[in-house]
Amino acid sequence: MKIALLGNPNTGKSTIFNLLTGLKQHVGNFPGVTVDKKTGILKTEDRSIEVVDFPGTYSIYPRSKDEEVVYNVLSNPADQNYPDALLVIVDASNLRRNLLLFTQMYDLGLPIVLVLNMTDIAERKNKSVNIEKLKEKFPDAIIVTSNARVGLGKNRIIEAIESIGTRKENRFIESSILKEKEDFLGQEEEAKERFRKIDLLLTDIVIVNEKVESKSNKIDRVLVHPVFGFLIFGLILITIFQFIFTFATIPMDFIDGAFGYLSANLDSLLPAGELTNLLCQGIIPGIGGVVIFIPQIALLFFFIALLEESGYLSRVVFIMDRLMRPLGLNGKSVVPLLSSVACAIPGIMSARTISDWKERTITILVAPLMSCSARIPVYTILIALVIPNERVFGFVNLQGLVLFGLYALGTISALVIALILKKIIKTKEKGFLLLEMPSYKNPQFKNVGILVFEKVKVFIFDAGKIILAISIILWALASYGPSGRMQMAEQNVMKMSSSELSVDEKDQLLASARLENSYIGIMGKSIEPVIKPLGYDWKIGISLITSFAAREVFVGSMATIFAVKDGIDESTLIEKMRKELKADGTPVFTLASGASLMVFYVFAMQCMATLAVVKRETKSWKWPLIQVVYMGALAYFAAWITFIILS
Amino acid sequence: MQTLNQISNGQSVLIKAVSNSELKIKLIELGLIEGQVLSVLFRAPLGDPMAIDIDGSVLSLRLSEAELIQVDHLTSLG
Repeated sequence: MKIALLGNPNTGKSTIFNLLTGLKQHVGNFPGVTVDKKTGILKTEDRSIEVVDFPGTYSIYPRSKDEEVVYNVLSNPADQNYPDALLVIVDASNLRRNLLLFTQMYDLGLPIVLVLNMTDIAERKNKSVNIEKLKEKFPDAIIVTSNARVGLGKNRIIEAIESIGTRKENRFIESSILKEKEDFLGQEEEAKERFRKIDLLLTDIVIVNEKVESKSNKIDRVLVHPVFGFLIFGLILITIFQFIFTFATIPMDFIDGAFGYLSANLDSLLPAGELTNLLCQGIIPGIGGVVIFIPQIALLFFFIALLEESGYLSRVVFIMDRLMRPLGLNGKSVVPLLSSVACAIPGIMSARTISDWKERTITILVAPLMSCSARIPVYTILIALVIPNERVFGFVNLQGLVLFGLYALGTISALVIALILKKIIKTKEKGFLLLEMPSYKNPQFKNVGILVFEKVKVFIFDAGKIILAISIILWALASYGPSGRMQMAEQNVMKMSSSELSVDEKDQLLASARLENSYIGIMGKSIEPVIKPLGYDWKIGISLITSFAAREVFVGSMATIFAVKDGIDESTLIEKMRKELKADGTPVFTLASGASLMVFYVFAMQCMATLAVVKRETKSWKWPLIQVVYMGALAYFAAWITFIILS
Repeated sequence: MQTLNQISNGQSVLIKAVSNSELKIKLIELGLIEGQVLSVLFRAPLGDPMAIDIDGSVLSLRLSEAELIQVDHLTSLG
């Protein structure tokens, strides 16, 4: 049996979905839309029932592209997702609005279960619902109550599902037929008629005792306060970033070390050969390159889920909306963009909450312009190389100022590009806010845990294979070259190097020669004419190509090219880079070329993992490709202008 | 006739009509329908958007969206 799970947003629908299916969830696609299709299996004593979670909506008629899936599936019995029965979650504290969707569902004529959820909140609002009367009004529905957040009602819901039989012919509105998707006038009449009947019926069912000022209202007076509102949001952000930067590095270093250890040990255990090389230098580091992102994704989503579960996230949207609107974005873009300062991957994945397609696409397109943590090693080494360590105005450290400038440049460009994209991207939908602000609740850690688990799983399995594939290609390009060329280069090194060199030094020279003569080395050399106007030579060219795997690889590639042991001795690398001369005897790394390179890294889309995630979130290669092209063009011209101005 | 965006915080009003626009049907489906009573709770720090209480649930909407909703003061009903 297949059951469709439906309900308004903020009714506890996903809590109930988690309650029923636990970790037996699968994320797939609905055809034609970018919303995920979450399916779970509910095992009862004698059967297993498929539960399909539909996006939360206020009506069966779609008001956004993502909501269309509800209408498309339920209006078409031939659809592969067409359910055998409906499970509609209704917020007991707001029966009137919730019953609109429920009565529409009731009139579809499918077997139906009404779950009256959040009865505790209704009580807190001094509202009581007369269930017996409700049952009288909807004789064909099985009605149960639950308080899913504290785990109450699970068994009642399962029993209700098990008792589903054939549907009788009662309707809420007799001979009601489903309107066409475009028939807005008809839909409006229908909504009004339903509300009229619902209002009549509710006088019997809901008793509102004396109205009390809710706790949420009192909290809101502080959290959306003109001064304290922003202050508290700022403090929360600082705390989150502090956590991510402090604690994500611990597991990340561990993962880095573990995969390095595994590669090295397998390499010495297995017989030497191409297959061993592929495994130890291509596949294992490639998997490591996927796994390394998990700590940041998990931590960031842990916090996002906490904020969302508590109800605070909608207040962030509320206080930030006016600031984001001139840029073609709304308050919901704030969290994805700010998350991207840690890492664009969870940032882009969290753009899921933006219901408007255009605003979501713009947010995803500009998010990687926010300077992420992977750029820090690149910025640091270049700043140390070309920016003098002195003070300006007597107290500001110049190097720190430049670093701040790079972050500011990224942020400002993200906002400006958003504004431009707002004009370019056409859509039929009109952006709106109209958002429900749920009352504050204690977060449910089970929901938080399941969300984190699901996001990590989606990243590993959907984006991970693309990342792995690209990293193996990059490895092959860096390890192989045209036949004979590498061997000749190696022999040259052996001949030239005197016996005074230690084994280590010889190895480093060999690695450098190999990289120079690999396919990537040849590519780096052949793009030299293109990047020369930016002040770069072929060595930088090679590092630009290799750092497509991840920006920080730039430093490692530079170390290999300059025959310095990577990660151990950064000052030696800086010394060698500083001494590097062009053919005419002038240094390669000047203020102009160094700054140009920094600006290049602010803009360029040098991250295949982000591309893979954009592909997964937009469900098409179109947007990641557009991103590579526009960010690449931006990087090139901005770097070029920087070089011209400074030289 | 006043529109919802002109109502100050803390006041309760009655919806008279919702102006024609693409958003009309969406507003209606959220329960913003003729005859409904609502109260304005608070506004965001920059004065926009605003939050209203309708039937005990809190909705936030931009001033441009609130402008579509024509309202009457409860007291003026007599």
